[in-house]
Amino acid sequence: MHTLNKLAQSTLAAAMGLAFSVSVLAADITGAGATFPYAVYTKWAEAYQSATGSKVNYQGIGSSGGIKQIKAKTVDFGGTDAPLSESELTQSNLVQVPTVMGGVTIVVNLPGIESGKLKLDGVTAANIFRGAIPKWNDPAIAKLNPGVSLPDLPITISHRSDGSGTTYVFTNYLAKQSMAFKRDVGADKTVNWPSNAVGGKGNPGVAANVQKIKGAIGYVDIADAMKNNMDFVALKNRAGNYVVPSQEAVADAAAGANFHVKGMAPDLLDQTSKNAWPITSATFVLAYEKGSDPARQKGVVDFFSWSLNNGQKMAEELGFVALPPNVVKMVEAEMQNIK
Amino acid sequence: MSELSATAGIDLHAQRVRKFRIQDLFFHRTTQLFALVVLASLVGILVSLSFEAWPSLKTFGPAFLWTNIWSVPDDEFGALAAIYGTVTTSVIALLIAVPVSFGIALFLTETCPVWLRRPLGTAIELLAGIPSIVYGIWGLFIFAPLFADYIQPPLQELFGNVPVIGSWFSGPPIGIGIMTASIVLALMVIPFIASVMRDVFETVPDVLRESAYAMGCTTWEVVRNIVLPYTRVGVIGGIMLGLGRALGETMAVTFVIGNANRINPGLFSPGTSIASTLANEFGEASPGLHFSSLFALGLVLFILTFIVLAISRWLISRSMGSEGL
Repeated sequence: MHTLNKLAQSTLAAAMGLAFSVSVLAADITGAGATFPYAVYTKWAEAYQSATGSKVNYQGIGSSGGIKQIKAKTVDFGGTDAPLSESELTQSNLVQVPTVMGGVTIVVNLPGIESGKLKLDGVTAANIFRGAIPKWNDPAIAKLNPGVSLPDLPITISHRSDGSGTTYVFTNYLAKQSMAFKRDVGADKTVNWPSNAVGGKGNPGVAANVQKIKGAIGYVDIADAMKNNMDFVALKNRAGNYVVPSQEAVADAAAGANFHVKGMAPDLLDQTSKNAWPITSATFVLAYEKGSDPARQKGVVDFFSWSLNNGQKMAEELGFVALPPNVVKMVEAEMQNIK
Repeated sequence: MSELSATAGIDLHAQRVRKFRIQDLFFHRTTQLFALVVLASLVGILVSLSFEAWPSLKTFGPAFLWTNIWSVPDDEFGALAAIYGTVTTSVIALLIAVPVSFGIALFLTETCPVWLRRPLGTAIELLAGIPSIVYGIWGLFIFAPLFADYIQPPLQELFGNVPVIGSWFSGPPIGIGIMTASIVLALMVIPFIASVMRDVFETVPDVLRESAYAMGCTTWEVVRNIVLPYTRVGVIGGIMLGLGRALGETMAVTFVIGNANRINPGLFSPGTSIASTLANEFGEASPGLHFSSLFALGLVLFILTFIVLAISRWLISRSMGSEGL
């Protein structure tokens, strides 16, 4: 009788413990922010829900919106393409970790020239995008492309008209290549493009403009360029090699970077590895160091730990590039600070 | 006995009257409340726009209206390029849409065979119901390439060397820009203007019209001297409705205007409008002057629309006055 009673007690305790832990696990979490990783976060959320039963809801409202929302504590995590600086993180008590990487590629519409055959270096690309090179058969371009017959077409620059992380990454790369670009155009989510540049809404808008306008040049995510089967250029990297955009080239850029910094946002642009794609970037999530609801805080950590370990393939299928294994370990360690 | 029942009858009557009065009062108050909600939201929008726009208005002052710079990296903002784009596209759109709509309405009311009236009228009303994003996508994927290949080059050849207006047609023929936006806008407002015009043309009494015909007037003379003077107020109202829609149109314009925050002399060059700048930049605007300047732009559009409305009221009242109505 005594033992039976004890058994009943312990069963009850176990059941209660189980119920408690289930309730901690099952905290549904909400995030909002950058649109660039929207596809992969929703994919992960779907897989995570079928694996664990916990719901994750992510709204792609833009990086600035994500930062605003997490600071206002209306979401459990925020997504941003433009990382916050160390001082901003300390000031707002936020933890920042990278989740996936991607690359931006230059796309062109040049009848008669095959995709990947046109070569550009950073300075020439910067000069084109600040409107200093009016025509495709300009000597500056011809010099890099001996043997390619360049058409006598005016260059039409196509850019994102909406404020965008893609623009942020691309203009930061060009600004590193050329002071003149930094001065005339700037490096931000919205910049001062030359007067004849054409703005398209979203990556699809830029893609449509480049595909419709002969002699157009623009920039889109590698994933979008591949999805739309667009013509890209070979870009000269820091090591002096001409590389074509690919997931391997993006991964190569990350392999050489040092993630041991607060905020885990090393500059991935123009990395020195031999085959590195020069316009590489990561996207980040922001969460509170000390949240008001431990269950939801744990939900954020659980979701991203699960996704980084189980979701690499899903990310790659969508055109993103997974973080290197050693960086995933560091992200998991950093996420221990989210309590 | 009969006296008693009479008083009871009066009481009953008074009771019913009181009940009706309460009902009327209730009805009056409820409808009044609904009407006041409109007024309150109008004032609320104006106040919140001004409140959010205040940092920008304080920094740039009234010069915000005529400064031709919109630079996010430098944190310097002026509305001129957006105002120019909004007004130019709307005016060109009306220049195209008004004569066409006028023709449509005239044909439908004066010369159209009866069996064709209904299908044509329905088609126009259906056009008015298409969401603007559809016009935008059509403009970007179908119209812009055709415009670039088949319309811009001949126009440039024709007018390119004419002094003054030659510069309007300058710029590379890329199919996207102020002119494309204007044409797409024109297509969008034609159904509105045409259906209003048709409705008001139909209000002309047959007696007037038939008397004029009986006196030997041609169709044009009937329209010019009978229909138009009789319907002037409604016609102005229809045009202003179209103008209002053109000024505020967002998505369709964003797709085809080219979104350059500058003033280019050529109509084939990219530009921007107030509504498309808002649609493009709100999502990623960081708090501060940029955010506040976008609200200021919204306020400018609000005032612009208000001015258009005021002018149309004035035109209507003036033409009513001259008619002695």
